[in-house]
Amino acid sequence: MTSVVASLAGVVFKVLVKPGDTVEIGQEVVRLESMKMEIPMEAEVQGIVQEVIVKEGDFVNDGDPLVILVDA
Amino acid sequence: MKAEDLRQHRQTASRGGPEKYHQKLVDDNKLSVRRRLELLLDPGYVEDGLLANALEEGLSADGVVTVTGTIDGRTVVVMANDPTVKAGSWGSRTVEKILRIQEKAMQLECPIFYLVDSAGARITDQIEMFPGRRGAGRIFYNEVRLSGKVPQICLLFGPSAAGGAYIPAFCDVVVMVDHNAAMYLGSPRMAEMVIGEKVSLEDMGGARMHCSVSGLGDLLATNEEEAIRLGLQYFRYMPNNFRSRSYAVPPRLAPEVAWDRLIPENQNIPFDMHRVILALVDEDSWFPIKPLFAPEIIVGLAHLDGQALGIVANQSKVKGGVLFSDSADKAARFINLCDAFNIPLLFLADVPGFMIGTKVEREGIIRHGAKYIAAVSEATVPKISVVVRKAYGAGLYAMAGPAFGSDVTIALPTAQIAVMGPEAAVNAVYYNKIHELEGDARRAYIQEKEKEYRADIDLLRLASELIVDEVIEPSQLRDELIQRFRLYRDKRREFSDRRHPVTPV
Repeated sequence: MTSVVASLAGVVFKVLVKPGDTVEIGQEVVRLESMKMEIPMEAEVQGIVQEVIVKEGDFVNDGDPLVILVDA
Repeated sequence: MKAEDLRQHRQTASRGGPEKYHQKLVDDNKLSVRRRLELLLDPGYVEDGLLANALEEGLSADGVVTVTGTIDGRTVVVMANDPTVKAGSWGSRTVEKILRIQEKAMQLECPIFYLVDSAGARITDQIEMFPGRRGAGRIFYNEVRLSGKVPQICLLFGPSAAGGAYIPAFCDVVVMVDHNAAMYLGSPRMAEMVIGEKVSLEDMGGARMHCSVSGLGDLLATNEEEAIRLGLQYFRYMPNNFRSRSYAVPPRLAPEVAWDRLIPENQNIPFDMHRVILALVDEDSWFPIKPLFAPEIIVGLAHLDGQALGIVANQSKVKGGVLFSDSADKAARFINLCDAFNIPLLFLADVPGFMIGTKVEREGIIRHGAKYIAAVSEATVPKISVVVRKAYGAGLYAMAGPAFGSDVTIALPTAQIAVMGPEAAVNAVYYNKIHELEGDARRAYIQEKEKEYRADIDLLRLASELIVDEVIEPSQLRDELIQRFRLYRDKRREFSDRRHPVTPV
């Protein structure tokens, strides 16, 4: 089990996956808005989405988990 | 001494430690110290102190090989630990040999390579090798004196422990071999004993950690051959010392690119700045430094029309290109390196500014940013700032904006320079008014104010006010840079007559 975490503080702009989805390495799972930029958060491993922890509009800090993945 | 005895002693000393440790090198995917030197240097070098500690059994050359030789015909000196001799640990003669080869670098004003693979001090010999005037501390003192005078290049093949970990820390560049190289003040065993932490060597001080998290490592190599290759590649961008310039290489063209598709006009959409760099510099000449650490800022060496060039560029693909404490440290150090060794600097700006928020304020982002901006200010090499897209707030300062002594500020048609972007600015200035309105009225009001703001920071206006010196199409940028760097090459370089600044850290 691994989580995709926020690489910087910001607001969740879009959630691009839902539980059960398969994601590939480098696939964007959440887009944050921070410093007026849209910043993609990508999966570093392949896996299946077990849980989406955040919803659009949430504030997240650097290092906060966004999505939990389990082995495909 | 009889000829036969001499031959015997020399052979013993050259062979290094016992056979079982040579076998261990093979098992660990390591090369012998002699093989490392062979791969690094031109054939034929001279060695000092081969017979150091020759009267003691098992201490061949006292665990370090120190030589003077050439690379591409250029004189260099090398110190190389021998991990087969007491794990490359330092005795008093080891330290003395290292000091002497550093002094040789000072006298010859030539680059020095540190090939490090050492368990640290021989604690049994501590009085002889640790505290005195010519004890281990003198190695670091010498490194600090050499810093900025001659290139200091560290290739880390194994551990570099405790005090020894400062050898890489004072070098200009550190190449680390994945899985074998490590740096730490206290080993995992010591950490468990003293502070109760259970941690693996790889997590605490491994090559990948240092190259991506701590920033102490510059380049991660998959094996020793690659590490030596990277060290040589880096060396070829460097001059012999601070008095000279890097050697020019035969110029090569940059690959053809479709510029119109490279840079998105919408300031908020990320794109890969590497593609811009590759379109500007001579083909196959791009050599990134610290690529795995703070990748939101790109720094590296290249050739432009055959001349060495340092590049600092924002990478909007990572964290939006926002600057953090680590990005500031990375850029500051690289700028210092280029300025020390007469390598001109090119800045490619696309930066929303420095990160804000509680977390970064608490870690002191302002002092890190100040360090970076101090480095930009003090760099007197030819420096050109190109505003590729946005340059907001202190981001403009960090990217050598007009106030920072750059020789020219060039804007591409996609450039936008401002204290902040339109959305943030309108919200800041008209906050109260915006919140008095609701629904469509509010949206219309914001739109109108953003439009006014955009007109205020319009590129033609900035050119008309002489804030930027030149506006050109991206397809012309390479030729423009070649010509300008050629013209600025012999500029006078003075910043101040003081002893040194009180640098923010």
